[in-house]
Amino acid sequence: MKSWSALVGLLVSIGMLVTVPAAAQDARLEAAKKEGKVVWYTSLALPTAEKIAKLFEAAYPGVKVEVHRTGSQRILQRVMQEMQANLKLVDVIHTSDAGHFVLLKEKKLLMKYTPPGVEAFPAGFKDKDGYYFTLRATVNVIAYNTKLVPAAEAPKGWKDLLDAKWRGKMVTAHPGYSGVISTHVLALVQLYGWDYFKQLAQNKLMLVQSAVDPAGVVASGERQVAVDGGDYYYYQMKKKGNPIEVVYPKEGVPLVISPTAIASFAPHPNAAKLFTDFTFTRQLQQVMADSEGLYTGHPEVKYPADKPKLSDLKLLTVDPEELEKRNEEIKTRFVEFFGA
Amino acid sequence: MSFARLQGLDRSLPVWVASVLALVLLMALPIGWIASLSVGGESGPTVAHYRRVFADPALQKALWNTIVLAFWVGLASIALGAPLAWLTARTDIPGRGLIRGLVLASFVTPPFLGAFAWVMLAGPNAGSINKLWRSLTGSDEPLFNIFSMPGLVFVVTIYTFPYVYIMIANTLALIASDLEEAAAILGAGRLTVARTVTLPMAAPALLSGFILSVLQALALFGSPAILSLPAGFHTITTQIWTFFQFPPKTEMAAAFSMPLLLATALLLLVQKRLLGRRGYAAVGGKGGQRRTIPLGAWRWPALLAILAVMACPIFLPYAVLAKASVSRAWAQPLSWDNLTLANFSFTFFEYSATQAAILNTLELGVMTACVGAGLVALLSYVTSRQLVVGHQLVAFLALAPVVIPGVVLAVGLFIAYTRPPLLLYGTLWILFIAYLTKEMPVGYAQSDTTFRAIPVDLEDAGRILGGGRLRVLRDITAPLARSGVIAAWCFIFIGVIRELSASIILFTPSTKVMSVVIFDLKEEGQFGAIAVLGIVMLAMTFATVALVQRVLGRDFLGARE
Repeated sequence: MKSWSALVGLLVSIGMLVTVPAAAQDARLEAAKKEGKVVWYTSLALPTAEKIAKLFEAAYPGVKVEVHRTGSQRILQRVMQEMQANLKLVDVIHTSDAGHFVLLKEKKLLMKYTPPGVEAFPAGFKDKDGYYFTLRATVNVIAYNTKLVPAAEAPKGWKDLLDAKWRGKMVTAHPGYSGVISTHVLALVQLYGWDYFKQLAQNKLMLVQSAVDPAGVVASGERQVAVDGGDYYYYQMKKKGNPIEVVYPKEGVPLVISPTAIASFAPHPNAAKLFTDFTFTRQLQQVMADSEGLYTGHPEVKYPADKPKLSDLKLLTVDPEELEKRNEEIKTRFVEFFGA
Repeated sequence: MSFARLQGLDRSLPVWVASVLALVLLMALPIGWIASLSVGGESGPTVAHYRRVFADPALQKALWNTIVLAFWVGLASIALGAPLAWLTARTDIPGRGLIRGLVLASFVTPPFLGAFAWVMLAGPNAGSINKLWRSLTGSDEPLFNIFSMPGLVFVVTIYTFPYVYIMIANTLALIASDLEEAAAILGAGRLTVARTVTLPMAAPALLSGFILSVLQALALFGSPAILSLPAGFHTITTQIWTFFQFPPKTEMAAAFSMPLLLATALLLLVQKRLLGRRGYAAVGGKGGQRRTIPLGAWRWPALLAILAVMACPIFLPYAVLAKASVSRAWAQPLSWDNLTLANFSFTFFEYSATQAAILNTLELGVMTACVGAGLVALLSYVTSRQLVVGHQLVAFLALAPVVIPGVVLAVGLFIAYTRPPLLLYGTLWILFIAYLTKEMPVGYAQSDTTFRAIPVDLEDAGRILGGGRLRVLRDITAPLARSGVIAAWCFIFIGVIRELSASIILFTPSTKVMSVVIFDLKEEGQFGAIAVLGIVMLAMTFATVALVQRVLGRDFLGARE
C-alpha cells in the first residue's frame, strides 16, 4: 500500500510533464471531468486492470474508470454486437488479438489518436496510420507445478508436450476466448503446422478459457503442466509463492502484442484520451513491467532482474493482418481437435 | 344461460385479452424471430441452415450429449426426489422440517455456483474429495472426475430434484388418507394401497416432475459451460452460445434450437394426453386426514441417509465456497498462512463491477417477480377455469419458454429489440423481458397447481349467490390463492437473481448482473472473488426465503402443513 501512494504521487507529478501544452491540457482535463468517466473494455488480467484504473482515478480525481474485463474475443463480440444495435458505450478498447484492430480500423470504428511518447516505441508496436498502439506485450510459455514435476523431467520445448507421458496432465487456454492464445496458436501453426495441435490434442488436455487461468490450474495441482498462457500472470502467481516454474522454449516464444485504441464513437472522448495518455506514460508502463511482469514498447522501462529480457528471447511473431484473416480458421480447427 | 355467462364475463374480458396479448409479445415474438431466422436465406426461405447443423458430426454429438444429460437428470431426479417427498410427507421420520429446509436450500442454490463448488470438490486432481481419497487409499486414480458426463449429470441432478420433490410432496400432502384407508379396509395391504391408490394419484405429479427436470436440464447453460467445456464436449446450449461469438452465426443457432422447441412441445403434449382427461378432485382442499406411516427402527437411519445425500448439494459445496472465500490458494489446506480477507476487500473495494451488479440484480429481481407473479396468477386462473377460447394455447405459450434455452431466447430478444420501434438493448428492460419470459413456466406451473387445487364449487357458490366473476375472484379465489401467488413470486425472484444464460448475451456494461460477473470471473479463474460473490448471492436468496417464510408462516415448498 505504501508503494502505491508513493506511485500515485509520482503519477500526479508526471501528469504535469506530458508533452501537451499546459493550457490545452487543462481544458481537456476539465472536459474529461465533465464527462465523468471512461469506459474501458480490457483483456488485461482483472487485478492488473483494476490496479491501473485505481491509479488513474487517484491521479485524476473526478474521472472514473469503468473496467469491463473479459477475454479478447468476447470483447470483439461485444463491440460488434453493440455496433449492430447502434449502441455507443465503449471508449477505450484493449485486446490481445492484434487482428481485432485491423478489423476495427477497416470498419472505421477507431479514432485516429496518437498518445504522446509512442513515437519512440519499436515498429511492431504501433499502427503506421496512428489508430492503435501496443499497450503491453507478453510471451506464451510452458509452465509446470514444481511440487508435482521435478525440474529435470519438465518439458523443455513445445514438442516435448506431445510426449504421451503427459496424457491427462496438461491444461490449455482457448483461442475462442483469449487473444493471447489465438496469437499463440497462429505462431505455432506457422512453426509446425496444424499437425502439432492435432497431436497435442491426443494428450487429452483440460480446456480453460482465459490465458490467465492455466496459472491457477497448475498452481492448484489440478494439472501438472500448462501448454500455453501469458508469462506475466505466471510471474505474478510465482511471486505470490505458488509452486510454479516457467519454461521459455528455445524454439522461440510467441510474442503477443496487445494494442489499445479509442473508439471512433467514444461517448467520453476527452476522458478516453486522458486515460490513454496515462497508460502510455513511462511511470505506468514501468508499473506494468515491475509488479505485473509485462513487457512494453517503452524504451526507458526497466525490467525486473528475475525475468528474461525481451531481447534475450527468441520471439515468434505473427502479422496482425494474418491473424485477422485466419481468426475463424484458428478457432474452428482448435475446436475440431480439442472437442469444445 | 349463454347470455348470463356473457354478462358475467364482459367486464373481465379486457383483463384476459391483455394478458394473452402480453404472452404473445413475450413469447411469440422471440420464437417467431428464431423460426424465421432459421429458414432465412439471402434469396427466400431455405433449409440450408438445418442441413448444415444436422450434418455436422460435432453438432450431432452436442445434440446427443444433451439428450443423454436430460434423460439421466430426469430419472435421477425422480429417484432422489420422490422417496424424499414420500418420507417427509407421509412418514414419521424425524427432522422433517430440517429435511424440507435442505431441499429448499438446494432448490434455491444457483446451479452454476454448485457446479463451480464441485470443481473444487471433485476436480480429478486438486478436488478435495479426490485428494482425500488418494491419501486414504494410495490410489493413483481419482474417486470421481467432475469434468465428465456423469459428473455433469450428478451436479445438475442435485439442484434439479427439488422440482420433483415439490410436485410429489404437495400432491401427497393433498391426497386425503380416506381413499387409502378405504382401500385398506377393503383388505388391501400397505403395498397394494400404495400401488393402486397413492401412486396413481401421485402419477401426474411424478410425470410433471420428470418433465420439468428434463426441461431444466435441456435449457441449462452454466453447469455445462463449467463442467463439460473443460472436458472438451458441448451440449446444445453451450454450442448455441459459441455460435454467437464473432463472427456470429445466428441462423445456425436458430436452426439448432428448433429441435429443442419441438421436443418440449412433444413432451408437454404427451403429458397432457396421459393425464388430461382424468379428474383429480380427490386431490383437493377439503379436509381429510393424512395418516402417518411409522418407520419404526428405520427412523434414524433414514434421516442419516438423507443428511448424507443432502451433503452433496448443500453442506459440501457451501463449506468449500466458504473456505475458498477466505483462502489465498483454494486448493491448499486452511492454515494461518493461507487465511486472508483479501478476496473480500478485492471484491467489494477494488473490483468495480460488484456494486452495480448487485443493485441491478436486486432491481430486476423485484420488478420481474412482482409483474410475473401477477401475470401468472391471471393466466393460470384463465386457463384453469377455461375462460377464453384457446385457453390450451395460452397454457402452451406460458410453458413454452422452458424449451427456449436462455441463450436462444436472448438472441430472439436481441434481434427483436435492437431495432425500432422498441430499442431496448442496452437497458434493464430487455433483461426484464427475458427474465419474465423465462420464469413464466415455473411461475405458471406453481400458480396453476394453486388454482387447480381450489375447488370450482366454492366459486360457483359465490356466483349463485350473485357475485360477479371479479367479485368472486377477489373474495373467494384470491384469499385461497394468496400463499400460492407469494410462492410464485419467490420462485420468480430466485430464478431471476441466478439467471445466467440469457443475461450473458443481453447484458451491456451498465446492465451487468451478478451471475454475469461471476461467469466472467470463472472464465478467468478468479476463484476467491467468485466464492465471495457466490456467498453474497446465497445470502440474498436466503434472506428472501426467510422473508417469505415469515409472511406465509411456513416454507414455500409445500401446500399446507
